[in-house]
Amino acid sequence: MDDDTILEVKDLTTHYLTTDGEVKALDDATFSLDRGASIGIAGESGCGKSTLAFSLLNQVQPPGQIMSGSINLDGIEVTDLSESEAREKIRWKKVSMVFQGAMEIMTPVYSVGHQMKEPLKYHKGITGEKAREICERYLELVNLEGAIFDRYPHELSGGQKQRVIIATALLLEPNLVILDEPTTALDVVVEARIMNDLKRLRRELDISMIFITHDLSILAEVSDNLAIMYAGWIVEFGEAYDIYKDPKHPYTEKLMAAIPDIRTDIERLEYIPGVPPNLVNPPSGCRFHPRCHKAMEVCKEMEPEIHEVDGVNVKCHLYSEDESIAESQEAEYDTAYEDEAAAEAYEGEEGKRELDETGMTETEDEVMEE
Amino acid sequence: MADPLFKARNLTKHFDVTQSFFQKLKGEEKLKVRAVDGIDFDIYQKRNFSIVGESGCGKTTVGKLMMRLLDPTDGHMYMKDKDIADMDSKQQLKAYRRTTQIIYQDPFSALDPRDRIRTILEEPLMIHNLGDTREERTDMVKEALEEVRLTPPEKFLRRYPHMLSGGQKQRVSLARAMILNPDFIVADEPVSMLDVSVRAEILNLMKDLIEEEDVTYFYITHDISTTRFFTDYIGVMYLGDLVEKGRVEDVLDNPMHPYTQALLVAVPEPDPERGQGVKNVPITGDVPSATQVPSGCRFHPRCPHAEEICKKEEPEEKEIEKEHTAKCHFAGEIEFDLDVAK
Ligand SMILES: Nc1ncnc2c1ncn2[C@@H]1O[C@H](COP(=O)(O)OP(=O)(O)OP(=O)(O)O)[C@@H](O)[C@H]1O
Ligand SMILES: Nc1ncnc2c1ncn2[C@@H]1O[C@H](COP(=O)(O)OP(=O)(O)OP(=O)(O)O)[C@@H](O)[C@H]1O
Ligand code: SF4
Ligand code: SF4
Ligand SMILES: [Mg+2]
Ligand SMILES: [Mg+2]
Repeated sequence: MDDDTILEVKDLTTHYLTTDGEVKALDDATFSLDRGASIGIAGESGCGKSTLAFSLLNQVQPPGQIMSGSINLDGIEVTDLSESEAREKIRWKKVSMVFQGAMEIMTPVYSVGHQMKEPLKYHKGITGEKAREICERYLELVNLEGAIFDRYPHELSGGQKQRVIIATALLLEPNLVILDEPTTALDVVVEARIMNDLKRLRRELDISMIFITHDLSILAEVSDNLAIMYAGWIVEFGEAYDIYKDPKHPYTEKLMAAIPDIRTDIERLEYIPGVPPNLVNPPSGCRFHPRCHKAMEVCKEMEPEIHEVDGVNVKCHLYSEDESIAESQEAEYDTAYEDEAAAEAYEGEEGKRELDETGMTETEDEVMEE
Repeated sequence: MADPLFKARNLTKHFDVTQSFFQKLKGEEKLKVRAVDGIDFDIYQKRNFSIVGESGCGKTTVGKLMMRLLDPTDGHMYMKDKDIADMDSKQQLKAYRRTTQIIYQDPFSALDPRDRIRTILEEPLMIHNLGDTREERTDMVKEALEEVRLTPPEKFLRRYPHMLSGGQKQRVSLARAMILNPDFIVADEPVSMLDVSVRAEILNLMKDLIEEEDVTYFYITHDISTTRFFTDYIGVMYLGDLVEKGRVEDVLDNPMHPYTQALLVAVPEPDPERGQGVKNVPITGDVPSATQVPSGCRFHPRCPHAEEICKKEEPEEKEIEKEHTAKCHFAGEIEFDLDVAK
């Protein structure tokens, strides 16, 4: 890892070991981030975005567990750190995170200042007037009045709360800030203003940022690099510009096409049929194959490798040099998959069983019983 | 042009704010939330109308008034020329509600988790005494499931909501609305909680049903980017008032009201070539409380173009081009270019 790289992640795998089986929420994630640069991470709900974020802090909650892989953060191997070491050495100081939904869980009984001062006291032993001064400076940095320090969360609007949380994440001058859905609950005008502030802060403070969201249009505004996730896999990774202009992975392609545009008239929106898979039992071969419009026979059996295409990493058989793969038959598009997968995805094996038991046909008795 | 299917005139809903004992004791003046503050609009058959605006501007309240789930404080509403604001007999209301249905934002709580899909869809039929026998009703339920592409319907009848994906649940909500063959559907943020791709799938389906089932939607959303695809007309709401309305292409390509202009600048730009710079979002501050609507033009404290007159006089609705109106003293004089603004 050279000096320009702040973060290097290799084959990172995090699973949740539940009683229903192992949820393969993140498998073999590999990417890197340059100092001062930003990565956007996108993908549909449940694909493993937050799991990846928690893994980077070595803060995966049980039953989750980092199974394998490495995370090199500014020279420190994060996966080797114990909980107390992670707290001492990296969290807040080197990397801080704005958690998904953090806004809703601000403690109502403590003032903004009280909540902000906590990390300053714990990590730097700074308290009292000095702490207040620093907090106020950071509040102003995110376009709030210093006086917010004395206010309580219920007195603030959603946008103000989110700004307080961002200011707190910046307090200890980390090199890297992870923002998990930082604007999802906010109105567009407030969202645009916060994104503006983040763009500005990144330059002023020279920090690296990881933006996580399901909204690809927001990422287009702030990401140098883009990682597209599907069902626990990073399926495409590269420069954001390249990926937006010419998406390579069939999933990315459809995801981009589903974004409506306010400038042009369109008759129909593109979408991806079917539902996301159950990660206890993900589909064989390529996890996207049951929903992929370009799937081939080989996709059902063999996990695709990562291929480099025009500088972008793509996990898809379409870009394989292997002739036997390149010549594989186009697969029949599998529409029956959707209904089965739905019950399974949302209820695991139990849902499937229940579905089988209740069956598809109804007898007169059952009708009476209801 | 044909007569409107639905008309609202001076439609108003003010809520009383509950006062604390001490406020009453001190004789403080009773505050009112001016949630919907005298709005007019027309909706034509099979021409969807969307209403956009920030949280708390009154969108849901308009939807509930249209359904008569709330009683208006003032004003009139007409469905095919029948006054529905004054309608008060239970029977009339029941008949009206059969022709007008509502779909809510949250597919996760809109359906009772203890009921099977069949029961959920059968319920509206029972309420309105439709279908004489159980078989007949089951057939109607199956037909409704087919309409929303949950096929084969037999597969879904006995499932519970938790056995469906978010998109499938929202299709059940849609089926529940469609089963009574309504003329009109109020869709209150029907896709806000869904992933982009599922969102697209549901909007496509809803759009198909316009022709297939002769239905018209009143689409409530805070996401202006879906309106162009889904609707023909749009109304922009700010603090209880419709500040701009017109054909969706006209309003989005040529926004007249400074608030609409700000909303459009704020929409995230899916093209990295255009979006990376810091945007010039022209408005600051937060939306004022609906209990203290500013004098004159209600947008003046946040408006970058405000002049003295704006604080004193409420702007009239001006028609700038055919069917395109804005409530701003300077409507038509303020230059706007989406690309330059960024
Ligand atoms: N504590 C947990 N126990 C078991 N499974 C979990 C747990 N947390 C997450 N998962 C599962 O891991 C997968 C990835 O979840 P994760 O929260 O990382 O997704 P996400 O991409 O952040 O989704 P969203 O966009 O909804 O926030 C999902 O299938 C989820 O159900
Ligand atoms: N039953 C009520 N009593 C008092 N005030 C109410 C009531 N219902 C709504 N309001 C107020 O009326 C205003 C408009 O609310 P409404 O729910 O219509 O907004 P909205 O545009 O749908 O917002 P959102 O986008 O958050 O759903 C808000 O200020 C709200 O607090
Ligand atoms: S590997 Fe096959 S199924 Fe997977 S994305 Fe590529 S073409 Fe589609
Ligand atoms: S009337 Fe004045 S304050 Fe209101 S929108 Fe127009 S310019 Fe702005
Ligand atoms: Mg998440
Ligand atoms: Mg609402």
